[in-house]
Amino acid sequence: MKRHLLEAADLDRADATLVLDTAAQIDAALAGREVKKLPTLRGRTVVNLFYEDSTRTRISFELAAKRLSADVINFSAKGSSVSKGESLKDTALTLEAMGSDAIVVRHSASGAPHRLANWVRGSVVNAGDGTHEHPTQALLDAYTIRQRLGRLEGVRVGIVGDVLHSRVARSNVSLLHTLGAEVTVVAPPTLLPVGVGSWPVEVSYDLDAVLPKVDVVMMLRVQAERMNASFFPSAREYSRRYGLDAPRMGTLADGAIVMHPGPMNRGMEIAAEVADSVRSTIVEQVANGVSVRMAVLYLLLGGNEPA
Amino acid sequence: MASSVEPARNAAPVTSAPSSAGTLFTAADVARVIDRMTHQLIERAASADPDSPDGGLSGLVLIGIPTRGAPLARRLAARIEAFSGVPVDVGTVDITLYRDDLRLRGVRALEPTMLPDAGIDGRVVVLVDDVLFSGRSVRAALDALRDLGRPRAVRLAVLVDRGHRELPIRADYVGKNVPTSRAQQVKVHLSEIDGSDAVLVTEDGVRGESQQ
Repeated sequence: MKRHLLEAADLDRADATLVLDTAAQIDAALAGREVKKLPTLRGRTVVNLFYEDSTRTRISFELAAKRLSADVINFSAKGSSVSKGESLKDTALTLEAMGSDAIVVRHSASGAPHRLANWVRGSVVNAGDGTHEHPTQALLDAYTIRQRLGRLEGVRVGIVGDVLHSRVARSNVSLLHTLGAEVTVVAPPTLLPVGVGSWPVEVSYDLDAVLPKVDVVMMLRVQAERMNASFFPSAREYSRRYGLDAPRMGTLADGAIVMHPGPMNRGMEIAAEVADSVRSTIVEQVANGVSVRMAVLYLLLGGNEPA
Repeated sequence: MASSVEPARNAAPVTSAPSSAGTLFTAADVARVIDRMTHQLIERAASADPDSPDGGLSGLVLIGIPTRGAPLARRLAARIEAFSGVPVDVGTVDITLYRDDLRLRGVRALEPTMLPDAGIDGRVVVLVDDVLFSGRSVRAALDALRDLGRPRAVRLAVLVDRGHRELPIRADYVGKNVPTSRAQQVKVHLSEIDGSDAVLVTEDGVRGESQQ
């Protein structure tokens, strides 16, 4: 494993499989236990450096670090010296001077974790940077697929929706390709990035044609906060053409699963009855996120000298 | 080496006929030692709980420390059932996340942890490992057990005790005591993992502290 986890491409097939296997063992080891805590990272400090709002990712990382007995510091840009104009670099150096061993960073600027990794000695984990990558989300998605379907090699995955703005889509395309899955991205042409032709994926504009042919359909959130241009005529039209409702879900193959990275816009990209159906893995994805992030923190920090 | 072996502390010594340089146990020796340890386990369980109809065996849980402690525990359980007719619960406890030498030796892949459905609370847990050396693996296993439940007692069974303890830990059931130098390496081969049974001593293991 490399020292940092900045993008899904930092993991080759062996590393990615090691993370998933480690997460599975941690899951099994903690299942049904009274004390859901392991002493592995005792005395280490993990800083959650969040410049963007987040519920599940921040809590998931916090819980993962705490279950490994690390000390956790939660830093959010609001209410900190960032509002006095402190730069990312100075903030990071300050945190490191206080003895942080790992920095989990979320930032609205693509590439911020890469910059950070050059400034600090500890490990940096990307928890989502702009429209670039969100590698631990891809890992937990791969883990969930493997758990439900028993394999990743040859699994056909449809990633549907706002691919243009989605760091989840980028990380998933990269990781799922590494792990041998076949990915199709489905979106209106305005929501596909310019370079999508060079991605290791099939591209389709027609959701109804893709649904019967996939084992996994991954719905992406329509990111209203990044929609500063008109990418589709109206929310209703988007929902009608690219939303997953019950009749569409009925065209999926037996055993196919529906995923969503959250937070959901119920009734927009995914209908409530789909989100709550037995095919939906949305709640499992959240639970698996903790185990996968424990595996990542263990593999990145466990063997290092403390900072 | 194999020729200068002391008798085991709490059992009759095993006569090993080295088939090649460095072979401490042949497959037949391994089977014989496991059978002797099985009888000791049965006797100790019966004397600890004389009123029990099944000789105290239902209160026994054999927990293997991966990698090679796991198949050893399963073999001991199978032999106990063969000799006494009573099935014994078996499990494994991975200790990787409890080790104190991760920083020295780096992270490694985890092994499964599987406990019997009845758990370990109030029962006698026998930890099973292949080689007892520094005692650090056993310490890690004790820490792991503490998080998994509260056994009535914890015992330790090892196939080979090679000395050089770094912690105040000793085994209750020993297949064989083997005086070694730190420069030597003791390797247990089991058919489940390595294809055949044997215990080998080699001279190349200059690792110093806390070998697995």
